[in-house]
Amino acid sequence: MSAQQHLDFSYFPGCSMATTAAESNASMMKAARILGLNLIELEDWNCCGSSSAQTLCENLALGMAARNLSLAPAGRPLVAMCPRCLHYLRHAQACLRKDPEIHRELEERWARPIPLDLEIIHFLEVLVRYGLDRLKSNVKRSLKGLRFVPYYGCTVFRPPDLERDKYFQGEMEHVLTVLGAESVVGAYTHRCCGSFLSATDPELVAPLVNEIVDSSVMAKAHCLVTACAMCQLNLEIRCSSQVKLPIFHFSEILALALGAEDYEDWFVRHLVDPRPLLQELALVA
Amino acid sequence: MSQTQPKEKIDPPMPAITPGERNRTLLAEVKERSGTNFSRCYQCRACGNGCPFVQAMDYPPNVVLRMLQYGLDREVMECKTIWICAGCHTCSSQCPMAIDIAGVMGTLRLLAVERGVAIAKPNILDFHEEVLRSVERYGRAHKLGIMWRYKLQTRRWFSDMDTGLKMLAKRKLELRPSRVKAIKEIEDLFKCYWREGK
Repeated sequence: MSAQQHLDFSYFPGCSMATTAAESNASMMKAARILGLNLIELEDWNCCGSSSAQTLCENLALGMAARNLSLAPAGRPLVAMCPRCLHYLRHAQACLRKDPEIHRELEERWARPIPLDLEIIHFLEVLVRYGLDRLKSNVKRSLKGLRFVPYYGCTVFRPPDLERDKYFQGEMEHVLTVLGAESVVGAYTHRCCGSFLSATDPELVAPLVNEIVDSSVMAKAHCLVTACAMCQLNLEIRCSSQVKLPIFHFSEILALALGAEDYEDWFVRHLVDPRPLLQELALVA
Repeated sequence: MSQTQPKEKIDPPMPAITPGERNRTLLAEVKERSGTNFSRCYQCRACGNGCPFVQAMDYPPNVVLRMLQYGLDREVMECKTIWICAGCHTCSSQCPMAIDIAGVMGTLRLLAVERGVAIAKPNILDFHEEVLRSVERYGRAHKLGIMWRYKLQTRRWFSDMDTGLKMLAKRKLELRPSRVKAIKEIEDLFKCYWREGK
């Protein structure tokens, strides 16, 4: 990583990446470091508000997301990995653009500027925009032979109020095929994983998750690769099909290809152990 | 979706109504708050057919829109559909008339909470409230605490116990919450409708 120019980004982890999906966070940080992408965690960030604030109180939801925006220094894009966090942060920025009065009030309350032109982007966007050349020059393990379903879930590009923003359709395939893996078509790649219903109504979510995993089995995939930490968790804990496939965080596969060696720490946290598959493909020892 | 079973109860019997006799106050409010005009809905049912969760709903999304237009305010406010909706926006992206149906469902949930009506899926409301209590306390969501209190609230101790234990064993549920340092800023945000009412 010598001649590579370092690029700075602000980074919003969010509650999932900080806890249940710590393996996604660790592997993303690793991959970013190898690629010379410097992700600087927002100082003292808070929960983005999530669907719960959005459901119970509009003002609270706006305030929670806006406080995070007020913590982001100007001059570098804000990056999120969790699609829901990304959505709520962008949604809040859109609300503040429409409502100068609330924007001013919140800026005064915290005595910090909330830049309305702050760019808020997904980690995938960072890779595609700045990382493709870096990817090629940093591949340490070819992913040749790995057949994956790119599972985006619902949020990465669905929300209509963000429809003018960039779509990420095809980007996971784009990146992982550069690294040698083979994308499989024919599975449910955008079906909702059940979101919070997985906690409240698991009996409703299990058959839907099974359909997603079964469709991947029928497409002869080895695994699913997700863009969302909540999807990854739901697909693992709610699958009751006979054949269970490993569910990777996108960042794990990426970091693995870039030569990361601390993968044991991530894979022990999986409910469906991906190591036998990776050993079979001689990707790990 | 050829693999899915044929869905029963896709159109439950509707009560006899006389639309002209109703004043449709909810309709106007939903249109204003959601910023969505669904007058152009022609009941093609794309939303209901694409919704992953429609089996668990009492009315498919297109019927909810129609009920609003007919002024069936109480039935809409008290239906399960608005709570089962997870906001995945599949309906909105499939609607040939570009109606943001998921956005309408979101507005209906807010209104149901604000009006204090009987919530058809109280366990989902309980869950969201536990998440907010956790965020109020720490500034971030502490999942183990949320699940613990949610179980306490709904008294469903043994349902789904094995999943929780597996997650604990994989160290996916942190024992200690992660906290925001400037917690005063978070407390101020909670001087809001949800905490203090109108």
